[in-house]
Amino acid sequence: MSAETSVLFDAPGPKARTRYLIIAVVGSLGILVLLFLLVRALAAKGQFTAEKWAPFIDPETWTAYLLPGLRATLVAAFFAIILAIIGGILLGMGRLSQLRPVRMACGAFVEFFRAVPVLIMMLFAYYLFLFGFQISGDALPLLGVVAGLTFYNSSVIAELIRSGVGSLPKGQQEAGLAIGLTPFATLRLVLLPQAITLMLPSIVSQLVVILKDSALGFLILYPELVRSGQTLASLQGNLIPTFIVIAAIFIIINYLLTRLAHYLERRLQARRRGPKQPELETVMSPTLPGGALEVSGQT
Amino acid sequence: MLQGLSELLAEYDVLAAFWMTIKLAVAAAIGALLLGTIVAIMRVSPVTVFRSAGTAYVTLVRNTPLTLIVFFCAFGFYITLQYRIGAQDSPIDVQNFRWGVLGLAIYHAAFVAEALRSGINTVPKGQAEAARAIGLDFTATLSTVVLPQAFRGAIAPLGNVMIALTKNTTVVATIGVAEASYLMKGMIEFRPDLIYIIFGIVAAGFVILTLPLGILFTALSRRLAVKR
Repeated sequence: MSAETSVLFDAPGPKARTRYLIIAVVGSLGILVLLFLLVRALAAKGQFTAEKWAPFIDPETWTAYLLPGLRATLVAAFFAIILAIIGGILLGMGRLSQLRPVRMACGAFVEFFRAVPVLIMMLFAYYLFLFGFQISGDALPLLGVVAGLTFYNSSVIAELIRSGVGSLPKGQQEAGLAIGLTPFATLRLVLLPQAITLMLPSIVSQLVVILKDSALGFLILYPELVRSGQTLASLQGNLIPTFIVIAAIFIIINYLLTRLAHYLERRLQARRRGPKQPELETVMSPTLPGGALEVSGQT
Repeated sequence: MLQGLSELLAEYDVLAAFWMTIKLAVAAAIGALLLGTIVAIMRVSPVTVFRSAGTAYVTLVRNTPLTLIVFFCAFGFYITLQYRIGAQDSPIDVQNFRWGVLGLAIYHAAFVAEALRSGINTVPKGQAEAARAIGLDFTATLSTVVLPQAFRGAIAPLGNVMIALTKNTTVVATIGVAEASYLMKGMIEFRPDLIYIIFGIVAAGFVILTLPLGILFTALSRRLAVKR
């Protein structure tokens, strides 16, 4: 924080500190008033009564609705991230291939699926499995969700891999070729392992995106957390409390994942920089290649 | 195949659905830019309370699925709590559209704020130090040295947010706004035999919408990039 603040303003003197204090008091009052108005509006509509919240101390609410929903969300995210990593590595390798047709085909695939919204892909996969392959039953929505998430996210991971390889020092590839490895072996044995390690934080961040996007499965009747929450809410008549609880679950899981990503990023940087070096000049940690994708990959 | 295509285009108003997508995207983009700028200013302000409030907003919103936020707006505020945006007597689909736009704006404001902040972070410390060394005061440092470079540095990430927003308008289909993915669902359910063509049309629509945006923002960020 201290490094960040110094770009925009000097360390405050006594006068400025007083001014900041006054602004802080007025500002916090403003924020508190806004929060108070929101809470009062909810309370006026009876959203904070005991009966609306009582279901959440009933174990059955959790065992019958929320935990199975969370499980379904995690299952979909698990399959999606595994498949996306495999697909992403293959596509990323394809984009770095020596063969022009392979490179172009993988490039077109990646660009196309990055442009198509996940929900569109999910709907297409769902109906394709339903009408095209005559699949029905419980597996159908899961297949749709996983397929939709996989296509998009393997494209994103392919780009991460590609920029990871691109950010490696040129000498790595040259050394690989110099000791007589083929270009493919150089990629596989020298470049990819380093690129994947480098991309680990971004891949963990992508997991946050996948978890959030699994909620899109709502539309194809996948019983993930939001849908099971809605079933619960229509039964108990407590839509808003349920949504608040579900949001809290998502926020906690995703916050922990984001922290993990930052931790990995710091560790990797420490490893590359070696111990005891001065802080970098720019304020933000030098973004790993593909750092911008962390933003672009959001739904 | 051509016959299927013409049948679909005759039967369904594809252009109207994409027009709805565009309207959602533009309205939500304006809202997200306004709200996101406020949050970004809070996040870099010297006052700790504002900084914490900005950080809290970004952390909470970024980690919540957009689907949930849109539901909260439409089913929570509109249906359950009976709040309306604008005219009280406007029909349900207009209200759904407005709540959908609000949900999209709230969600993407967090990402706009992060993009703007990362733009500020691209400005090296030496720039501000140099500005102070030649005697510029806080306002002058900010307005003539730091912010002009910050906006240029923020263009590429902002472009990514705008592209993501365009694609994310599909989520509003879950509350029944008749945009592209809503149309696609309806089309496939009635004409499952033409599923590939339907997917092709809708996917092409999104490629047409997002590709120029990407090219535009990349070109802009290159042209305006600060050479370092």
